[in-house]
Amino acid sequence: MAHQTPAASPFYGLMAEFPSADALLTAARRVRDAGYTKFDTFSPFPIHGMGEAIGFKEKSVAPIVLVGGIVGLLAGYGLEYWTSVIAYPLNIGGRPYHSWPMFVPPAFETTILFASISALVGMLALNGLPQPYHPVFNAPKFSMASQDSFFLVIEADDPKFDAGETRRMLDSLQPREVVDVAH
Amino acid sequence: MADTSYHVDKRPPVIGPGHTFKTITDKIGSIVLTPHTPMAWFVVTFIGFNLLLVLTVSLVYLLLKGVGIWGTNIPVGWAFPIINFVWWIGIGHAGTLISAILLLFKQDWRTSINRFAEAMTLFAVACAAIFPIIHTGRPWLAAYWLFPYPNTMSLWPNFKSPLIWDVFAVSTYAIVSLLFWYTGLIPDLATFRDKAKHNISKRIYGVLALGWRGSARHWERYEKATLLLAGLSTPLVLSVHTVVSFDFAVAVLPGWHATIFPPYFVAGAVYAGFAMVLTLAIPLRKLYGVEDFITMRHIDNMAKVMLVTGLIVVYGYACEMFYGWYSANQYERFMLINRTTGPYGWSYWMLLLCNFIVPQLMWSRRMRHNLLAVFIVAMFVNVGMWLERFVIVVTSLHRDFLPSSWDMYYPTVWDFSTFFGTIGLFLTLFFLFVRVLPMIAIFEMRMLLPTAATAHGEAGEVGIVEDENGEVR
Amino acid sequence: MDFSEIRTRLEGLDGRTYWRSLDELSGTPEFQEFLHREFPSQAAEFTDPKGRRDFLRLMGASIALAGATACTRQPAEKIVPYVRQPEELVPGRPLFYATAMPLGGYGMPLLAESHMGRPTKTEGNPEHPASLGATDIYGQAAILDLYDPDRSRTVLDRGDVSTWSTFVTAFRNQLNAQAATQGAGLRILTEQVTSPTLADQIQTLLQAYPGAKWHQWDPVFGVMQTSGSAVPAEQATYRLDQADIVVSLDADFLGFGPAAVRAQKDFAKRRRVDHPGADMNRLYVVEPTLTVTGGKADHRLPLKARDVHAFAAALAGAVGAGSSAGAPGAELPADAAKWISAIATDLQAHRGKSVIIAGDKQPPAVHAIARAMNEALGNAGTTVTYGAPVARTNADGVASLRELVGDMAAGRVEVLLILGGNPVFTAPIDLGFAHQLQKVALRAHLSQTVDETSDLCHWHINEAHFLEAWGDIRSFDGTVTLQQPLIAPLYGGKSALEVIAALNGQGDKSGLDLVRDYWMRGVAGQTADSWNVTVGETFDKTWRQALHDGFIAGTSAFDAAASAPVAPAGAAPTAAPAVAGPVGTSGTTQAPSMTGLEIIFRPDPTILDGRFANNGWLQELPKPLTKITWDAVAYMSAHTAERLGLQSRDLVTLSYRGRQQQMPVWVQPGHVDESVTVHFGYGRPKAGRVGSNVGFNAFTLRHADAPWFDGGLEISKTGTYDISTTQVHHSMEGRHLVRAVTREQYAAHPESVHAMAHTPAPDMTLYPKFEYNGYKWGMAIDTATCTGCSVCIIACQSENNIAIVGKEYVGRGREMHWLRVDTYYAGNIDTPETYHQPVPCMQCENAPCEQVCPVAATTHSAEGLNDMVYNRCVGTRYCSNNCPYKVRRFNFLLYSDYSTPSFDMMRNPDVTVRSRGVMEKCTYCVQRINHVRGDAKTEGRSIRDGEIQTACEQACPSDAIVFGDLNDPNSRVSKLKAQERNYGILEDLNTRPRTTYLAAVRNPNPALEPAATQTSQPARH
Repeated sequence: MAHQTPAASPFYGLMAEFPSADALLTAARRVRDAGYTKFDTFSPFPIHGMGEAIGFKEKSVAPIVLVGGIVGLLAGYGLEYWTSVIAYPLNIGGRPYHSWPMFVPPAFETTILFASISALVGMLALNGLPQPYHPVFNAPKFSMASQDSFFLVIEADDPKFDAGETRRMLDSLQPREVVDVAH
Repeated sequence: MADTSYHVDKRPPVIGPGHTFKTITDKIGSIVLTPHTPMAWFVVTFIGFNLLLVLTVSLVYLLLKGVGIWGTNIPVGWAFPIINFVWWIGIGHAGTLISAILLLFKQDWRTSINRFAEAMTLFAVACAAIFPIIHTGRPWLAAYWLFPYPNTMSLWPNFKSPLIWDVFAVSTYAIVSLLFWYTGLIPDLATFRDKAKHNISKRIYGVLALGWRGSARHWERYEKATLLLAGLSTPLVLSVHTVVSFDFAVAVLPGWHATIFPPYFVAGAVYAGFAMVLTLAIPLRKLYGVEDFITMRHIDNMAKVMLVTGLIVVYGYACEMFYGWYSANQYERFMLINRTTGPYGWSYWMLLLCNFIVPQLMWSRRMRHNLLAVFIVAMFVNVGMWLERFVIVVTSLHRDFLPSSWDMYYPTVWDFSTFFGTIGLFLTLFFLFVRVLPMIAIFEMRMLLPTAATAHGEAGEVGIVEDENGEVR
Repeated sequence: MDFSEIRTRLEGLDGRTYWRSLDELSGTPEFQEFLHREFPSQAAEFTDPKGRRDFLRLMGASIALAGATACTRQPAEKIVPYVRQPEELVPGRPLFYATAMPLGGYGMPLLAESHMGRPTKTEGNPEHPASLGATDIYGQAAILDLYDPDRSRTVLDRGDVSTWSTFVTAFRNQLNAQAATQGAGLRILTEQVTSPTLADQIQTLLQAYPGAKWHQWDPVFGVMQTSGSAVPAEQATYRLDQADIVVSLDADFLGFGPAAVRAQKDFAKRRRVDHPGADMNRLYVVEPTLTVTGGKADHRLPLKARDVHAFAAALAGAVGAGSSAGAPGAELPADAAKWISAIATDLQAHRGKSVIIAGDKQPPAVHAIARAMNEALGNAGTTVTYGAPVARTNADGVASLRELVGDMAAGRVEVLLILGGNPVFTAPIDLGFAHQLQKVALRAHLSQTVDETSDLCHWHINEAHFLEAWGDIRSFDGTVTLQQPLIAPLYGGKSALEVIAALNGQGDKSGLDLVRDYWMRGVAGQTADSWNVTVGETFDKTWRQALHDGFIAGTSAFDAAASAPVAPAGAAPTAAPAVAGPVGTSGTTQAPSMTGLEIIFRPDPTILDGRFANNGWLQELPKPLTKITWDAVAYMSAHTAERLGLQSRDLVTLSYRGRQQQMPVWVQPGHVDESVTVHFGYGRPKAGRVGSNVGFNAFTLRHADAPWFDGGLEISKTGTYDISTTQVHHSMEGRHLVRAVTREQYAAHPESVHAMAHTPAPDMTLYPKFEYNGYKWGMAIDTATCTGCSVCIIACQSENNIAIVGKEYVGRGREMHWLRVDTYYAGNIDTPETYHQPVPCMQCENAPCEQVCPVAATTHSAEGLNDMVYNRCVGTRYCSNNCPYKVRRFNFLLYSDYSTPSFDMMRNPDVTVRSRGVMEKCTYCVQRINHVRGDAKTEGRSIRDGEIQTACEQACPSDAIVFGDLNDPNSRVSKLKAQERNYGILEDLNTRPRTTYLAAVRNPNPALEPAATQTSQPARH
């Protein structure tokens, strides 16, 4: 019963390794149905359906990109308008100061630029990357997660977590093996 | 199964048979994560590096003496530098097209070529970006005066000038391509981090991988971001060459002032780009024995794309001719006569040979499946697309409105050394990339495997526990 | 571009000054090669310390001059501190002084602009009848010669540095030795001389040494194709503004000679068709090679130079002025008869209002015939006046020189003083001048550079530039013109006047005193020549007035009370006894051959006989019509070239009288068949860093008895040769750039000018219009009067500090001229119509160049100028690509010379010197606009019309260029633009050019040109 009190222990959770994407997907659904919330899967490539399998609902990337794009558009066109009409108007080849058709290309490019940057930065930020250290890296075989192996981790501080119970449940999913993951 | 289509159709597969996640990972990984470098790599890199030195010398001399060392004059104020700029930028487009547009169209076959195609884009843009700066009379000022920055004279660039549009388009293009490329690299960098034996390389890849661990949540956001980047890159890549074409189309010059330019330039860019991808892919797959990943299917598809875009470009030529005649404008008409029969007429006919006649070989399946033939055709297109820019820039400028100011243009040795120098820069960068980074997107390749695919197919179903054979057949 | 070995060369030298060492160096083949390669980039070898010391010396001189208050020259020692600012001298404000440039002995009256004591620009003298405000190209380029870094800086004694006083003592000792023999061994060789004071001084010297002789040689002026007959005793002065019909017998009266500027002024008056139906003159030209004058002809008959005599005689017969007897037998072209009858009828119809002009390259007989015709037609006294020659020297220089050479050969010459000129290079080849010269015991040469002649003389005296020395001189019309110095001699040079005076024992007198003294005596009637000058209450007043005006009023043949000096009895002043005697005293004269391929000698249109060979502006000035720079070529017609199997840029060997000379061929439309024109003046071995060994030397073929033309030329091709031209294509390709109508057409259909091309209506634009209230600058250029003489180009170059780039870069299309003169041919290639079009910046209101500049380095000013901001320019050259007129020029390399100290003094301080990588172009002389605007503001008024003159406008002898305010309906430019003839080029691009053109109007004789063919169709060749 020593590890009845997970919070206290230097113990992160239990990791089960599965042979295939399908096995992992099935296992994930089972774990979810079993009522666990604080668990995650790790695979060498995105497995479609996994999101909903682990009950992942968040949809924040798209709005971030949209905002980035709008900011870019306003910044670009604003700069053009301000410099050519307000800050330093010049008679250039008899063209009007506010030659909006000529202002379109740069404004378009800034839109794309800002949107793209916010896409990458936003994604990384939401993922909490860069993050050099993570407990799962402590698992001996976890390096295979980036190659050809599939893992499922249930965190120790999941309310439903019980070392013995959870391990039995995981074993029933026919993993290759189940190991403890230390903090 | 969703992907049985691969096996029923006649076409060769996009990935050779008998591959598993492991074999893919090891195969691509071993190209980089090995102490042994193929002799060929040294040879090519040596050539490239020496050309790079030629570039360095040319640029130093240029900065010391001035643009007068080139053949440019009045009326031909632009020549090699701008030709090379457009040529390189055009080449870049194929990379983005493959990685973005084909992604949106769910063209799986793009997977194995998009990584190095994107790299090609980056390095082509790098080469291109040199020219707009060095072709100016005072590059040390042009390098930053073209950007809008607050200064004591409170001067700003002229946003009515296509050259400023260029600055925005090209710099945006370079940055976004880099982001997109890096995004795609992250999971593979993680793979390298985990596979690398050597401690230092482990660390380097580790840092670059940002601690990627393939969490499902990460994959969800990652795929969304990639998709959005693709969606953004698509209009971007179209806009870039459109803007480049504005450099000409916005001018009053006969032979430049044409509405057909944007689409015709974009098509030309893709055309040139695919030719260059083929030029690189055919030797590479042999050199690193990745025929299983870059299969005849890819060669065949790219040859087809090349053929189609080539025909669009030829349509562009036809339009120019037609406009010239139909406009009933004496300057336009003279431009056509001069372009075809003038002192530079040879370049126009050479252009038609390279961009129109020779590529017609690609109609034949036999030719498309003859690597040598495809390679040679691609080479013709590379030359042809350079000639196209030569025709547009030089023959339009050298005889414009006032016959009194007509003159000839003759390139000097420095024009050539600078051009070939950038080819050296390109080769050097590209082969360094091949040596230290995965030239094929590993994790995307994994997704091509049936086992990965089944997951898509039967996602949402439950009760497939009995599916035991985790290992692929 | 490696100067290392030349630098080491320079550093290796010690003791002597840098200039000597340059001379020494230039002897070596490597250095010749170096110069040849390097002539454009004016001397990077100036970075060595010696050069800098010279610079300090120059600055000393100029600072000293800062004290100059009036027209008088201040001693260099006296420096006026600025705390006590001298009156009239306001920093940044130029002063103008009247002076004159001597050329061929005649004076080109000038106003010299002086910035803080440094002359920076020369303009014509508006008051002076020989200028009326305009100049020729030499008058404009003079300033560059003043600051020529290759000018000799010291007296040389057998090549060693010496001093003026040493020379005077040494030379006077020789003269004293001569005294015994009455100076029988003394000879003075000058160029043509008109200066009364100089002539008087020489006469004084000759009186002291009666046995001495005064010879004269100038290869260009005062050389007659005598062929035995005596030269005309009187010279003709033409009043072209009075003439309805002008017939030129091989006379390039608009393009060449001291009278050309005035001739253009007068001629243009009768070509300006200010309203449809206005009358204009008609010009017939009969000449072998196409000249500026031929280009303006309404009818031009190409005729061999040797056939002009026969043609003239026949014409004389037709107008009843003597018969064609005595004319050498020549085969006139078939249609000559038609021409003669047509011209004759025309002349008869305009008795007293026509004029026949004989060319100075034609033998005296032709001049006699022309005079006979003018008298028979009653033109003498109305359109032409005959008077005593202005030159105080014999008009037949050949004979004079031949006699001198004869004496030298016979050892009769012991002391020879050569004042100016370069006879060793320019003397007729068959006289062997250089060889005979060495037989003279003591030879001294006065010249501005150590040239070929100086090399063969014991003494070289460094001559003062005309802007450094006092003098008087007469212009072609006889006007006595005063030559004021604007700056102390930069290198302490002496004028010819001072040299002779010194020999006359008046060495203590300044040039000013000499001239002033002469005129004090002159007005008092105590001089050999009698001058009836009206004197005010005091001589001083008259004198000061004359200095202010630049000339002595009432001495011009143009004045009603024309008072060319009355020659005293015996016509002594022309120095008949002193100057060479009868023709052919030595050597055998053979009449020019009338058969075989004809060779015609002409001075080069820009560098003349080579005296301007070191003047980069003139070297790079495109020759009128051909636009060739930096070279002499052999011109021939298309037929002749075809027959000989030659084409332009072929290198041929010209064989003539057993002598050979290589020269490149140029096929010239309008050149007469079976005749070849060569320009002499190129190929000087010792011109300086710019001109040495440039081009081919035609003097090697020029003989004393046929100085202008002869038969018997043979040609054989030897190779090809690069020629740099600024215009390679001379057909308009059916584009109506220069619009030409005949007088009748214009009278009948004035709108026909506009019908030629589409002009969009002012409202045909998407853009809101920019309002130009206040001033709205514009320019109108009249192609009807423009002769293509190209003075405007040099004026622009001088005013705007425009760099030269050298032959190689001109060939690469890198020339920097802001203003170019396009020449187009129309009609057939044998007798084309020629049209000239000066093209400055059009200052478009919808300027295509501005929109494409990424850094807004070129934008529009509130007055509608297309401003160029050099400091902002990064040099993308996009503006030039997008300029339909291609008027922009780019500094592809560092073309401006920052390293030659003397050029720093020359430059216009109001105009930026552009560095490498910067675009530049015509600014409508914005610095002049700003100056005047400033004045107007301080005086609280608006700028008057004509108060601002652009450099090109000011220099134009035809007044073809007019600049002004378009918002002022009464300005000249507004009136011109209101004419039906006014049109803009490429207006269909909707660029809205501010510079517009007035259509050319021709006045063909219906008898010679059927109405059907009157509209000129552009030729395609």
